[in-house]
Amino acid sequence: MIFSFDLLVNAIVSGILIGAFYAAVTAGVTLSFGILDIVNIAHPAFIILGSYVAYIVNTTFGLDPIITAIIVTPAFYALGAGIYQIYYVSFEKRGQESMRGLAFFFGLLFITEVTLVLYFGVDYRYVEARYIGPTLHFGSLDVPLRILVPCLVSLLLIAVLQLVLTRTFIGRAIMAVAQDQLALKLMAIDPIRIKRIAFGISIASASLAGAFLIIIQPVEPSVGREYIGRVFAICVLGGMGSLPGTVIAAMLVGIVESLTSTFYGPSWAPAVSFGFLLLTLAVRPAGLLGR
Amino acid sequence: MRSGLFLLICLIVGGGVFAAALALGNDYYFFAGYVVLQYVVLATAWNILGGYCGYVNFGSAAFFALGAYSTVAIHRLTPLPIPILVAIGGIVSGFVGFGMGYLTLRLRGAFFAIATLALAVVLETLIVNWDFVGGSRGAYIVRPETIAPFGSYIKYLFMIMMLLAVGSVTIARLIERSRLGYGFATIRDDELAAEASGVPTLRLKLIATTISGALMGCAGAPFPYYIGYLQPSSAFGLDYAVNSIAMPLIGGTTSWVGPLIGAILLGSLQQIATVTISSAVNLLIVGFLLVGFVIVAPNGIIGLVHKYLQHRPDDMVGRRRVSTDAPEVAP
Repeated sequence: MIFSFDLLVNAIVSGILIGAFYAAVTAGVTLSFGILDIVNIAHPAFIILGSYVAYIVNTTFGLDPIITAIIVTPAFYALGAGIYQIYYVSFEKRGQESMRGLAFFFGLLFITEVTLVLYFGVDYRYVEARYIGPTLHFGSLDVPLRILVPCLVSLLLIAVLQLVLTRTFIGRAIMAVAQDQLALKLMAIDPIRIKRIAFGISIASASLAGAFLIIIQPVEPSVGREYIGRVFAICVLGGMGSLPGTVIAAMLVGIVESLTSTFYGPSWAPAVSFGFLLLTLAVRPAGLLGR
Repeated sequence: MRSGLFLLICLIVGGGVFAAALALGNDYYFFAGYVVLQYVVLATAWNILGGYCGYVNFGSAAFFALGAYSTVAIHRLTPLPIPILVAIGGIVSGFVGFGMGYLTLRLRGAFFAIATLALAVVLETLIVNWDFVGGSRGAYIVRPETIAPFGSYIKYLFMIMMLLAVGSVTIARLIERSRLGYGFATIRDDELAAEASGVPTLRLKLIATTISGALMGCAGAPFPYYIGYLQPSSAFGLDYAVNSIAMPLIGGTTSWVGPLIGAILLGSLQQIATVTISSAVNLLIVGFLLVGFVIVAPNGIIGLVHKYLQHRPDDMVGRRRVSTDAPEVAP
């Protein structure tokens, strides 16, 4: 192996850029798993769904994937709210969320993936946009726009989410529902409604993350599986339910993955995040910025 | 019923099924039956940890694949008879099950489930990068055409899987009725209370992961001989993970009967659907059945049967209305 400084810098920068995108992918899980304690392992499937929506609109109307994603967020929000309602009535209310709730989401993951396979096959799909293709050069540093654009919009998305969570009434209520449901009830706020809204937001963020994903790389239905471990690794590492923690953890995972695939080969990269996850769970379950 | 007697009855039933398949005179039934029996082992194994202890394992495919790949690795060195390979596969997977349990079982519920998912991907990456067992290209295992008393080789594999299925169901039943099973049940119901009353929860959970992992490994060991060409994506397929969860949950998780019923029903259904419709559609059916059952019949088929035997349908409606939890606070 020849050590090259340029290679190292490039790997680190692309790790940071990809990390920001990972943060957007994880933001939804941070909301649902970190704050609401809903183990939505189907989240990556909704992200892939978002990618396919962006793909369909892009190929038929030629609309920009990110704009498409923003337009369809209400639909994803409604989907999320609906799923939470089913989840609440069938599992949370009966106190069976631990095992059967998990199986429920696992089933949803499976159904979404297989349905997409049935409709679109296992071919890789991609979108067209002006910023896909050109690359910025800073000396020996290459920054492809297809990664830079999703990275910047991701950071914007996280900033907006963080502002909503800390500054608005609904956001504060969401943070409160994580701490004490009964107290919320005593304040005459319906915790179920708040959780429904939060879960809706979580799934709505998946629509955006899906658009970013298909801008960065071609997508086929089973791509989502790689993200299951990654998002939960980042969520746990980031300290469960902390958006700033999520960003830091995501960039860390991004950098380590990028270094691994640069210096050891891309086939080892998937193990990195899962290794991270196992290590975090075994050594420091509270994460980096744990509560 | 004594376990010895139970084992005998199981063996007789197994022998009967074998004889029936033989009488039909078509090797296809052995090929299809092998898959169903394999699912009986996987579902029963999953249920020992998932149903008895309440810990969800999403990594069934990883343990299965470990069994399969230990066979491939040994096959490259020196061919051994399949029963020995099954034992080795079981030991390897049992050992990994123990290790995973030791790493993660101090975490509760969801974290354990996610960690098992992570383990599956880590192991798949290791196998993909391990050239000795074929790496991502896969490995060929040429099975002999015939074997002495059985005629075609698939009959021999079918018999081995039948014995494994009988063995795992017997083990599951034995556990259920022993101190071990009661210990597992306390963990499932309230781990904190169990630990406070002196149940050695960590040790029990380690026993459960080890047995469960070992049985899955045993189920995987003959697989390379069955399929002939093994590649990581088929051994680590998500359908093993989803099936080994769906089958016990659909059958009922509280006793050994549940996974057995679930595996036979769902396994046969999938075999039929694969032949008549397509293999993608049959996975979709599994997904919908899983989601439907956990929502509508949380205790599976066994739960439905119990409910039907215990209550008349009309007072069941009344009971359900009473049993909803704490009253809602008006917003």
